[in-house]
Amino acid sequence: MNKQLMYGTHAIGEAAIQAGCTCYFGYPITPQNELPEYMSRRLTEVPGGVFIQAESELASINMVLGASVAGARAMTSSSSPGISLKQEGISFLAGMELPAVIVNIVRGGPGLGNIAPAQSDYFQATRGGGHGDYRIVVLAPASVQELADMTFAAFDLADEYRVPVMVMGDGMLGQLMEPVVMPVRKKKKLPEKDYILTGAKRRPARLVKSLILDTKAMEDHNWKLMRKYRRIEQNETRWESFLLDDAEMVVIAYGTAARIARGAINRLRREDESIRVGLIRPITLWPFPTDVLKKASQKIKDFFVFEMSAGQMVEDVRLALDGSGTIHFYGRPGGVVPTPAELARSIARHYYQSQRKQKK
Amino acid sequence: MKGKIVIDKEFCKGCQFCIAFCPKKAVQISAKRNTKGYAYAEYDKTKKCSGCATCALVCPEATIEVYRE
Amino acid sequence: MKKVFSRPKSLRKVSMHYCPGCGHSIIHRLIAELLDELKLRDKTICVPPAGCAVLAYYYLDIDMVEAPHGRATAVATGIKRVHPKNLVFSYQGDGDLAAIGTSEALHAANRGEQITVIFVNNAVYGMTGGQMAPTTLAGQKTTTSPFGRDPKIEGPPIRVCELLATLHNTSYLERVAVNSPAHIKKTKNALRKAFEHQKKNTGFSLVEILSPCPTNWRMDPLQSCKWIDEVMVKEFPLGVLKEVKC
Repeated sequence: MNKQLMYGTHAIGEAAIQAGCTCYFGYPITPQNELPEYMSRRLTEVPGGVFIQAESELASINMVLGASVAGARAMTSSSSPGISLKQEGISFLAGMELPAVIVNIVRGGPGLGNIAPAQSDYFQATRGGGHGDYRIVVLAPASVQELADMTFAAFDLADEYRVPVMVMGDGMLGQLMEPVVMPVRKKKKLPEKDYILTGAKRRPARLVKSLILDTKAMEDHNWKLMRKYRRIEQNETRWESFLLDDAEMVVIAYGTAARIARGAINRLRREDESIRVGLIRPITLWPFPTDVLKKASQKIKDFFVFEMSAGQMVEDVRLALDGSGTIHFYGRPGGVVPTPAELARSIARHYYQSQRKQKK
Repeated sequence: MKGKIVIDKEFCKGCQFCIAFCPKKAVQISAKRNTKGYAYAEYDKTKKCSGCATCALVCPEATIEVYRE
Repeated sequence: MKKVFSRPKSLRKVSMHYCPGCGHSIIHRLIAELLDELKLRDKTICVPPAGCAVLAYYYLDIDMVEAPHGRATAVATGIKRVHPKNLVFSYQGDGDLAAIGTSEALHAANRGEQITVIFVNNAVYGMTGGQMAPTTLAGQKTTTSPFGRDPKIEGPPIRVCELLATLHNTSYLERVAVNSPAHIKKTKNALRKAFEHQKKNTGFSLVEILSPCPTNWRMDPLQSCKWIDEVMVKEFPLGVLKEVKC
């Protein structure tokens, strides 16, 4: 397909269609309304396409559950307060092992917060978000191309592991216009959907549920989920690095923050050739690239975490490093998007202080 | 019309709907209990069951089979 | 002699967990009978509720998926939109449909989703131990209205059929009961009609069934059947509330 200029939210929608998504259910909330708007038109052109503007977030995630158990590729999208409401359904999807794609265009919080880009839903997303022992795969794109690629990939991941997958962007990525090449669906071997409900014709009746009253059976189910999550950790952890080879300090940032961090690192290296700062950018927030950080800590002792939040991913960095290395933190909660120059100043201050300390 | 009923006593919970609604009063409560501990309903062969199936219609446990000539 | 009545095929041969005299088990059997008679068993998908009847999936031998409490109509919507030719019904209690799931039910009805809701009204939360429900009668004592429901404080009971009858896209709404042979027959007919309406895509259909809950009403099974006739029906009059041409 040709390169085209697209809005982030539209790129998500089109990528979903290209991935074979036939069902979209959602409820309006800023800053992601262009996505349901796009889907409301686009799904009329898709055979079997279903678009429902639901009465609530609760209804929309449960319509996703229904469409998913019926065998369709289904998605919903929202922004932070709406995602909180969807947690009930996400927990059920996880418990029932049903695939689904959920897009969160994160905005400032807590509460109604604001409609500016933020990363304050990291905890909610990476810890499952709802009740019970479970995880969902969380993808963190940083460009319109990646919004498309990761939304596209999310459907395969969801079907492969029978898990809910979240694509987590923010208001900036959603509103951004960038050139994008739409991914094209190729034949991929995915597990047969032998659990879906179609009416029990020439087969025993099927049952999809999350209620397991027997505690031992419930424990077994939990361990089964955990084994699946370990497999996901082994196979699907994704990250990228930038200027890491000579780095003495590594910035850790994801999504929009990683874009800003790149700008800041380029600026610093341009201004002072002696500054050796690199970047590790988690692409999957869960599973978190723990091993990559661990490995980096054998060589690098300074880790600078930058988030558009008061500090959430920094806890995963701390867990990953497990005491090795020093963690520096720069956080901007509430929807503030700092400039690369602002971030560069903070990185430089920590970098020079650390260098001085080492010389002593 | 002649009929008869067969009650699977192990499914019976003794709600007595069948007894209350039988027009021929052909169902009675047993003096014995089933393995669940319920005093169960049983067919009173001395009465004239017509096979109308009212007992089966009201039985919550779907445990009454009705036969008719 | 010929066998004229036996357990329907779509009802598995297992003992149900319901209390003696519970209406759920009668309703389950009626559904199973209809699925057998209309040969719909292998086309049906059911969404059972949170509550006593969640375990319906051990009894009805059809495809089933659990829904979170109150969300059955949303889940059923998703299924039916993907499989428009299947018979899709939700089975919901009064707390499920008329309290936590009011929004989902109302909007599914308003959109005219081609689904059937089997709404079991027993005026209490059964599974959780007999708390006040949105359909608890004025003055009725429950574990959370120990002095009787006071309509001035707790509101009067909600009449779901009447509420939904005002919506344009509802096609068939009837209130029935399972407390006597005649009423049980009527209930079966109402369910049959609702399924037929769904087959013909006339819109959203709902059958409200007044159902005895002897345990939480603190009555014996026969008393609770009487109570439906003498008390409950006065608040929830039986009959067809709405029917469009099928």
